[in-house]
Amino acid sequence: MLGKKKIKTSLFRAVFVLLAFFLFANVASVGSVAKFFDHKAYAQEESADGGEEAAAPAEEAVDDNVWKPIAPPVLEAKDYPVISGVNSRIAVWIVAQLHLFFGAFVLAVPIFVWVIELIGVMTKDPRYDHMAHEFMKVAMTGFSLSASFGGLLTMLLIVLYPQFMEYMVSVFGKVMIIYALMFFAESFFVYTYYYGWDRMTAGGNKKLHLFLGLGVNAAGLVIMLLANSWTAFMMAPAGLGDNGAFLGDTWAAIAGPLWGPLNLHRFIANIAYGGSITAAYAAYKVLTTKDAREKAHYDWMGYTSFFVTMAGLLPLPFAGYWLTKEIYGYSQQMGITLMGGVFAWLFIIQAVLIGALFLSSNYYLWCSLGRTNGGDRYSFMIAPIGTVILIAFLMWFTPHTLIMSAGELAQIGDAHHPVLGFFGVMAAKNTAVNILLLATFCSFQIFSRANKKAVGDGFWQKNGTAVQTGLYIAAATNIIALGVYSYFIPAAVRIGLSVPQVCTTLVVLVGGTIIDVLMFKGSREVGEMKWGNMPVRSQYALFLLAVSFTWLMGLMGYVRSGIRQHWHVYTVFRDNSVNAFTPTLPFAANMVTLIVIIFVALVLFMFWMPILASKKKKDPAALEEEPALETGN
Amino acid sequence: MKILKPVIAILIGYALLKYGIPLIGSKMHPGTWPVVPTSVMKMYMFFVVAAFLLIFTRSEEGYNDIIGPIADIYANPSKKVAMMALSVIVGGVGAFVAYQYVKPTFEPPVELRSIHPAPPSTVKAFNKSFSLQTLKNPYRVEDKAELEKNTLEGGVVFFKNCFFCHGDRLLGKGPFAAGFNPLPANFVDVGTIAQLTESFVFWRISTGGPGLPSEGAPWISAMPVWHTLLSEEEVWKAILFLYDYTGHHPRVTSEGGEE
Repeated sequence: MLGKKKIKTSLFRAVFVLLAFFLFANVASVGSVAKFFDHKAYAQEESADGGEEAAAPAEEAVDDNVWKPIAPPVLEAKDYPVISGVNSRIAVWIVAQLHLFFGAFVLAVPIFVWVIELIGVMTKDPRYDHMAHEFMKVAMTGFSLSASFGGLLTMLLIVLYPQFMEYMVSVFGKVMIIYALMFFAESFFVYTYYYGWDRMTAGGNKKLHLFLGLGVNAAGLVIMLLANSWTAFMMAPAGLGDNGAFLGDTWAAIAGPLWGPLNLHRFIANIAYGGSITAAYAAYKVLTTKDAREKAHYDWMGYTSFFVTMAGLLPLPFAGYWLTKEIYGYSQQMGITLMGGVFAWLFIIQAVLIGALFLSSNYYLWCSLGRTNGGDRYSFMIAPIGTVILIAFLMWFTPHTLIMSAGELAQIGDAHHPVLGFFGVMAAKNTAVNILLLATFCSFQIFSRANKKAVGDGFWQKNGTAVQTGLYIAAATNIIALGVYSYFIPAAVRIGLSVPQVCTTLVVLVGGTIIDVLMFKGSREVGEMKWGNMPVRSQYALFLLAVSFTWLMGLMGYVRSGIRQHWHVYTVFRDNSVNAFTPTLPFAANMVTLIVIIFVALVLFMFWMPILASKKKKDPAALEEEPALETGN
Repeated sequence: MKILKPVIAILIGYALLKYGIPLIGSKMHPGTWPVVPTSVMKMYMFFVVAAFLLIFTRSEEGYNDIIGPIADIYANPSKKVAMMALSVIVGGVGAFVAYQYVKPTFEPPVELRSIHPAPPSTVKAFNKSFSLQTLKNPYRVEDKAELEKNTLEGGVVFFKNCFFCHGDRLLGKGPFAAGFNPLPANFVDVGTIAQLTESFVFWRISTGGPGLPSEGAPWISAMPVWHTLLSEEEVWKAILFLYDYTGHHPRVTSEGGEE
């Protein structure tokens, strides 16, 4: 055991050195990283006004005898087909969102399935392979549902918005064909990957199987990128001439100002979302199975899914910031509509939901300490971590504009609250979310070391905890100091300060993990890990995680699409249908809720499918071959 | 009674929010008692309760400490009186909260307002059309002496026209301010002009309350339509003064153009 004095010295040194490091990093990152991420002033002349950088017209566009791209027509309400009893916008809204939910799920699951399978191959542990296969089994119904909703969406758009689709085809026609062809590739890889799993595993063709898995993900990624290009184009059109007609350079239309950030944001969100849905599946199985061995297996599966969710959730806010920053950079009007105008209230709901995600995630981790014998050593940390999360969370969702009664307004004496007013701006939000991430990562770290004890006389075994504690203190100090400082500087520089704040958090995430690896090399276990020994309420936390995530995606998907307001394609193709208005906030929230309820019902169907398939008698010999997890019973 | 632990934690949280924040606020703005608005307090307390319940129920022991006494009352036939009393208390609290919501009041209903309504892409004022995406303040010049002169002239414009509502310290507390709800904007606050481009401020001054977009409807701003009362030059110079006096910088991109 180290003496208290020695620990204090190590801690002091670590805090000092790390603070100096962060100070240097702050200066360096504001100057370089911020510049790198700075938007390139995507002015609208690049899109709506046909800027100089836009591509030259394609050769075929010059020839009068061939089809030419069309300019967006000026429509009237009567030009939109009407199906009696069907509200066009609501129909498209529901189907598009359901397609997106399933699409996100089936694009994400094969990514971590492939990683888990690879871990199984490298560790030669068949349990990973079995789990990866089961994840894929859950996703298989999702592929059909995603494709079905995709087909329905296409038909609805063609029938209800034919002129819009004609225009989009004039820009993205070639891309749409590639998109459709990618479905063949995806189908080929998915079916050979899934149905060939057992045969290739047994036959020693694991490398081929992994290659097929790679194919699934490559095809899925291309599909996502292409579909994103249409969405990004509708928000920030590029590659168009003065009249809004396509100039012929498909790449210019694809790679608009918002395509990159949208791709990154959706990719990371898909991973977190896919993880949360499979975690809900595992939780469902844990709650319904009575067999201790199965319970242990699904608890492990739930934990793995949860880990995947966290891996996506932690960097997600940063990708979101980048996307928002680019939206602001592209159009001040769109940016303010998003976060300062009518949609700002939905961001408060978003903040609350993100808080619910973090609270349920941390609760699951805290309950997870019960799986280990050594968990009690760290239980004293839960109340402080929880309190930090609570404070950061309250700051995070405090609205910029407070709803006050006349009496409250008189008591406050100002339209802006002297204390809460400080929490309403991005300086506080950036600080709060980074502290929230640090606290959550701390919960994760104490869980991951709960069952281990560092042994040996190496530097890291002796000082690892002190250095990590120093890392947290220095990082929190740096983040808060930057947050406070940012109140005193111009808005443009203030935004740049979020970069060193994010980098500080990343340093803790990466540094903390590396130190854990070094510290627990050759560690001994305090006791056995009791998989399946989780309270029922921890499994409900996983359900909450999945439902919150789904609701959040539905809500923010609506906001992202809604900020175009009365435009099919922003500033280029006006929506003149009877539905070209922004619905009220309660209506939008109710719509999202309805879609989530439909989705949850379909997910239950999706969960039921693999259970139905496994009703046939299990092969007891195969079960015996697989090493059992340590159970809590 | 271990069940009291989370109750005490929740009560401390409530006290800090209910009295701690106004206390700090009153030190910052003497003479006021800046309460946490009810709408925010409800959200805060919901999560304070949720967070402390999660913290205290993370272990089986903690969970049983909280749920155990309640379950004991409801599952034990010999504790019928306690069960009835608890039910009456819980029901009574619910009834009290419901009554507070529905009881008649003389207070006008609270309104949802957008402090920063989204600007249009172009704005018509001074018989011209301005693109807010590219609009810059023509009087923000490199020459320091000239900039100072423009700013001083802007100050004169401010004190002749804006001071009556926005006040001599630009805190939104001019002589007429008490007559308005919402109160005039406080330009010193970090949440107002410090976050905005000059083109946005130009739009808000030039077209005033009636120029707010439909999302801000029903607009309840008393801001006059200044382009009918001032010249374009006066508006731009007043904007220079607002930023100079408050020490804020208008939002700009790193390239120098406005975002």
